[in-house]
Amino acid sequence: MMEKEKVIEVKELVKRFGSFVANDHLSFDVYKGEIFGFLGANGAGKTTAIRILCGLSRPSSGKVTVAGIDASRPEEIKKRIGYMSQRFSLYEDLTVSENIELYGGIYGMTMKEIRPRREQLLTRLSFIQQGDMLIKSLPLGLRQKLAFAVAVFHDPEIVFLDEPTSGVDPITRRQFWEMIYETASRGITVFVTTHYMDEAEYCDRITIMNEGKIVALDTPAALREKYGTQTIEELFVKIARPKTVTS
Amino acid sequence: MKRFMAFVKKEFLHIFRDYRTLIILFGIPAAQILIFGYAVRTDLTNAGIAILDNARDEVSAELTHKLEASEFFEVKYNLGSYEEIDPAFKQGKIKAAIIFPANLGTSLAREGNATVSIIADGSEPNTASLVTAYTTAIINDYSAQLTRQVSQGMPVINQEVRMYFNPNLESYYMFVPGVITLILILITALMTSVTIVREKEFGTMEVLLVSPLKPWQIIIGKVAPYFFLSLVNVIVILLMAWFVFGLPVKGSIALLIAETMLYILLGLSIGIFVSSSVQKMENAIFISFLALMLPSLLLSGFIFPIENMPKIYDYVSMILPPRWFVEIIRSIMIKGAGFAYIWKETLILVIMTVFFMALSARKFNVRLGEGEK
Amino acid sequence: MRKLLFLLKKEFRQIRRNPFMARAIIAVPLLQMLILVPAITFEIKRIDLAVTDYDMSPASRELISKLSGSSFFRIIGAAAGQAGADQLLLSGDADIVLIIPDDFSEGLAGFGKPTLQVLADAVNATSAQLGWNYLVSVVRDYNRDVIISSGLAPSAIPGISVSSRFWYNPDLNYKYYMLPGILVILITAIGLLMAGLNLVREKEIGTIEQINVTPVKRWELIASKVIPFFIIGLFDLALGLTVGWIAFDIPFEGSLLLFFACAAIFLVAVLGLALFFSTMASTQQQFLFIAFFFVMIFILMSGIFTPSESMPRWAQQFNLVNPVAYLMRINRMVMLKGSGFQDIARDMGALTILALTFITLAIRAYRKRA
Repeated sequence: MMEKEKVIEVKELVKRFGSFVANDHLSFDVYKGEIFGFLGANGAGKTTAIRILCGLSRPSSGKVTVAGIDASRPEEIKKRIGYMSQRFSLYEDLTVSENIELYGGIYGMTMKEIRPRREQLLTRLSFIQQGDMLIKSLPLGLRQKLAFAVAVFHDPEIVFLDEPTSGVDPITRRQFWEMIYETASRGITVFVTTHYMDEAEYCDRITIMNEGKIVALDTPAALREKYGTQTIEELFVKIARPKTVTS
Repeated sequence: MKRFMAFVKKEFLHIFRDYRTLIILFGIPAAQILIFGYAVRTDLTNAGIAILDNARDEVSAELTHKLEASEFFEVKYNLGSYEEIDPAFKQGKIKAAIIFPANLGTSLAREGNATVSIIADGSEPNTASLVTAYTTAIINDYSAQLTRQVSQGMPVINQEVRMYFNPNLESYYMFVPGVITLILILITALMTSVTIVREKEFGTMEVLLVSPLKPWQIIIGKVAPYFFLSLVNVIVILLMAWFVFGLPVKGSIALLIAETMLYILLGLSIGIFVSSSVQKMENAIFISFLALMLPSLLLSGFIFPIENMPKIYDYVSMILPPRWFVEIIRSIMIKGAGFAYIWKETLILVIMTVFFMALSARKFNVRLGEGEK
Repeated sequence: MRKLLFLLKKEFRQIRRNPFMARAIIAVPLLQMLILVPAITFEIKRIDLAVTDYDMSPASRELISKLSGSSFFRIIGAAAGQAGADQLLLSGDADIVLIIPDDFSEGLAGFGKPTLQVLADAVNATSAQLGWNYLVSVVRDYNRDVIISSGLAPSAIPGISVSSRFWYNPDLNYKYYMLPGILVILITAIGLLMAGLNLVREKEIGTIEQINVTPVKRWELIASKVIPFFIIGLFDLALGLTVGWIAFDIPFEGSLLLFFACAAIFLVAVLGLALFFSTMASTQQQFLFIAFFFVMIFILMSGIFTPSESMPRWAQQFNLVNPVAYLMRINRMVMLKGSGFQDIARDMGALTILALTFITLAIRAYRKRA
């Protein structure tokens, strides 16, 4: 069930690094409660775009509005969003509990608010005994799941996930997406980038990026029909031929 | 072999692309040379002193004049009373107070003797003893002057001094060799250990190990650029010293370079050894810094002469490679001594190098071979 | 404000879990104090003197015995001619070579003017000069003895003697001088290194990005990095001071409160500087070099080893922005001379301005958004 309220509006976004154009006039909108997939090969510009949306990077030109706030006020945006980065998730030398507490607190929750919710979270993940384990002792799959849980712990309006399932086994990936569904059903918009084309099927709408430009934007079903392919993967190969020399 | 060369080339590029580090690497000795050459002086200039003149006669006037004229001193105050000395010290305004007794002139005329008091600020012992020494010298000069005026037919011994190796008595003669030692330890031991540990910490070391390169090739490849870098740095320092101060290498440059290369090898093997013993970069930095650099700086005889330290330090410093190297460089550069004078120190360095290399080789093969833990 | 508390909790937990750090915090001040303080001295203990006596007379032998009787000189033997003298100096076996000419006693008896030749190893210029000075005074004393014993009235050869006293440190104990200096190096090095490396490490690993994406303000982040190391620095200072007091019996004349207040301001300055440097570096290695470069300059120019007043004009100008120079001066004045607030007010004020400047620089230079 989608509401038509726009939570992200992007018009003609351009990001340049010197003479290299990483994002070339991107335009798209994201609606509340959607699972919005940002697909593309490595180097296509996905991470650049997501970083701009999160306030980690400044657009070279164009208009970007996230959660109703213009990108020129990143600090306001940050209060309303969650983020899970590609290479790092949680502090390795802190425990599960301590990580949850830290991020809850940074987003403005008090200990009184944090404690019950933390217990809930750990129970849900069947991790209530292991709350005092150091992150560095946990396997990657579990870390990623925990990182996601922490990213939405403070009930943001939108959560940004940058390649969250990289390097994770298929079962854990499945479980991860179940968590994403559950989050979206709570009304939190999920913006996820990935290079796994099969994950495109799990999204409400997807965008395919190639060399800094958006070459497709619609629901997976609509795109498959439009290009006459069985899977998104075939579609991708069809319309996005990565150059042999990337940046 | 080709693989090895490709690897070495990659390591070189790594370093040269990091221009920030390079700038600093050459900036450090440059800054040190300038500071040691122009700012840090072990002698005295314009030391503030005060005079309490209770005599107010020709003698005190003459002495005051001599003190004022000296480049070592700056007469800041003429005090009115003894009580003013303590506050003047406390406020840090003067280093010493010179007191002329009321009977200065008269006592001198009648008995041929008088005593001048110096009260020096002992909280800076070095300055205090220098101030005392220089003041005494000036007063002695005056005495000699008086003696000469009456010494027709007196036995008077003259002394002539020749200052060997450093006729102009420049402070930096002592320091430039030390600067070289310091920068070498920095580049070789510190940088090497950090760079190898870095690969371990980021996991890229395993990638290297899985490649066709043998462990010794990896190490040599990593370390080769630093060897080169150190050598270049030393040459730059020598050139700087020559152009900025006119400090030449009195002895054989070839010998100097040879000894330098030996020392670089030693530093590198220490760096490798350290890197095989720690897992995290910051630990490597800490150890290199505290166990190598600080002692190099302070206990090697670079700034503070070892003879002045308690006896035990003499023995302790024997295990510090910089101590020997500073000795070697000073001998070659400043004294112009030949190999005959430094073979003992050289031998010690050779033994240390072999020791660390052997130790590292053993540790590394074991460690790398079986992965971590 | 609350966010800062959460950040601080995190920092302290991480520090606690790092075993190396815990050891470093305790061991480093202890070791530095115990090992370095006694070593660092310019005080000349002994000069190795070689004598070549061409005269071989009672007079020359008396001169030599007077020299060997002084605690300053150690007679190591004779030098065989010019070549022998050169060799002794080159090898470093002798610091000074004294050559007594063959007309020495004749000159003395016949009221002539014999000249002693002194060759000094001047690589260490100051030692050479001090040694030379001292030799001169011994010879002068001997000269006086000769004159008196030849029956001349002492008043015929007038001379002024000098009596010297050293206040605040009557035995001229170098440890008193060096301890404050070592303490300062200690806090500077540890504080700067640890705090800076900490921040750069997060940059290098990438954990800082997770913080950048949150509503944490820049000043809160900087504060969370400064406060823990501020506390550690003060702790180390107290530890070092205690060691100095117990092991070396260092006096403490002035107000302890004043001392710690100044040290606290200094720490803030140093930490601000560390974090400012870490915004410029992207790897720990880079940071190390940048930090080392500046710290070394600051320390050398601060007057810890040599008096800063002897430095040329430009150096003294530089020291106006050198926090180490201020603390060095304040430390010594308060610890050893018992200087009061009035005496150091100006220095303290300048240090405060520096601290505020560096912290502001760090906060403003920190970029949450690329």
